[in-house]
Amino acid sequence: MSKDSQYALEIRNLYKIFNRGTINEKIALNGVNLKLNPGDFVTIIGGNGAGKSTTLNAIAGVWPIDGGQIIIDGTDITGLAEHKRAPYLGRVFQDPMTGTAATMDIEENMAIAYRRGQHRGLRWGVTRSDRELFREKLKTLGLGLEDRMTSKVGLLSGGQRQAITLLMAALKQPKLLLLDEHTAALDPKTAAKVLEISDQIISENHLTAMMVTHNMKDAIAHGNRLVMMHEGKVIYDVSGEEKKNLHVKDLLAKFEEVSGGEFANDRMILA
Amino acid sequence: MEYFLALNPMALLRAWPGSIAQGLIWGIMALGVYITFRLLDFADLTVDGSIATGAAVSVMLIRGGMSPVATLPLAFLAGMAAGLVTGLLNTALGIPGILASILTQLSLYSINLVILGKANQPVSVDNYPLVASLRYVTAGSVSSRLLFFAGLTLFLLALVAILYWYFGTEIGHAIRATGCNPNMARAQGINTNFIKVLALMLSNGLVGLCGAFYAQFQGAADIQMGRGAIVIGLAAVIIGEVLLGKFAAKRKFAFAYTLLSVVLGSILYYMVYQFVLWLKMPSDYMKLFSACVVAVFLAIPYLREKNAQKKAQKKGVVQG
Repeated sequence: MSKDSQYALEIRNLYKIFNRGTINEKIALNGVNLKLNPGDFVTIIGGNGAGKSTTLNAIAGVWPIDGGQIIIDGTDITGLAEHKRAPYLGRVFQDPMTGTAATMDIEENMAIAYRRGQHRGLRWGVTRSDRELFREKLKTLGLGLEDRMTSKVGLLSGGQRQAITLLMAALKQPKLLLLDEHTAALDPKTAAKVLEISDQIISENHLTAMMVTHNMKDAIAHGNRLVMMHEGKVIYDVSGEEKKNLHVKDLLAKFEEVSGGEFANDRMILA
Repeated sequence: MEYFLALNPMALLRAWPGSIAQGLIWGIMALGVYITFRLLDFADLTVDGSIATGAAVSVMLIRGGMSPVATLPLAFLAGMAAGLVTGLLNTALGIPGILASILTQLSLYSINLVILGKANQPVSVDNYPLVASLRYVTAGSVSSRLLFFAGLTLFLLALVAILYWYFGTEIGHAIRATGCNPNMARAQGINTNFIKVLALMLSNGLVGLCGAFYAQFQGAADIQMGRGAIVIGLAAVIIGEVLLGKFAAKRKFAFAYTLLSVVLGSILYYMVYQFVLWLKMPSDYMKLFSACVVAVFLAIPYLREKNAQKKAQKKGVVQG
């Protein structure tokens, strides 16, 4: 079988238009092209409405796209339903409530993630060997959650829930990890901890990852590549040494350059 | 004073065993309602129709010569078919859940009439070896009455055990995740549409089974017997939760206790129902009574929370 693409992720000419034909019509993705090599950890920045989260949602299949192609590790997933592409993806969301089932135990949540891409039948939901594995994984977080495996996830803090969601996302070795502003709803200290855990999980599992963030410092400090989006397009893409040497002021200058005056409003949000 | 003298406590005590049996039977249905209302977070009004469908299927098959026990699984299947229709209306055709279930409920009225042939079909315990009958509670020796209760209780316990097991399996987890957080479920590769249909089928299967039991218990299948059934099911679920929820949550097998509390809620409901009748409430008002019970028990947790929030806010202002 020949592969369509040798990249971990290849996005070709992606279009998405919201509220088409209405007064609120918005071209959210205006021909996005992006190629990720295996092991790439890309941070994505851009102003409000630049299409960062929309790109991630398009990859995840939250709704159908209006044009283009999405290829993960050689498999074209453009037409697949959301739950059918889940085996390729690990996802962590902005709202800590979104990634876990609040009324279920920590171990039950993890067990659901551990069956991702498998047939779910009448076998017991959490086996003894599952439990041991989950305990080991939870220990690596250093949050003491390994002793609370039968607690309802709804009782945990936002940071704890994001940490568990990260574990769940990586549990089945996804082809691509999608982090959608997953620290934006947390206080700075917790956000830093969750970012640290993200780095740890990505490097330990050798994952290819995309992280949307509003925080330029984070975008520079994490990952090996940085992508800037504006009005539904990728307008800047740096990696390697060039990325390491970036400063927030460089990124701000870049923003000013592409957006002219209109960027002044976004500046405060991004700084 | 005259009013109180006219009340005979013995009459209430004589009537309660029947209420308990009725509560146990409706407990089957309440378990079904629990699955949709609490686990799936889907207000499924199909049950008003599917309970009568289960009843009609059972009674007509018994009258046609089938053993009453053998009709039970078929009533279950008939209920599942009703759940399938609601599920497909909702997931495949995009009709909002409540409306989809109302459409099924309405169409079942016609279907039930077709099955029954007329509005009411009796099935007498004199002619058939029914699995349940009010006669088993009110007539016969004490030991035979106790045996009936023991059998019925055992059946409910077995049902609770099966559901406990089922919702602990992978597919059961998928149902609970879908009800709790469909976004998370889809992100973990769960086909939430399929799961919804499955849970609706399971729930209405139980409701159909309850219909079969209840028709035999009261000696007839009636086209009207499902009217307001959802309210009774909800009453059982909510009474069980409000009264026994905290007790259940602390236990090791919390979910099994929760399911049991639903059955107990159903029994309590029918005991209170009988009590209100005994107080000489005209039976015409009983639907109003049922609706009020559900409204009150639904409001209690909400008002409690609101009150607690208010108090917390006040405290915050003082401290701030």
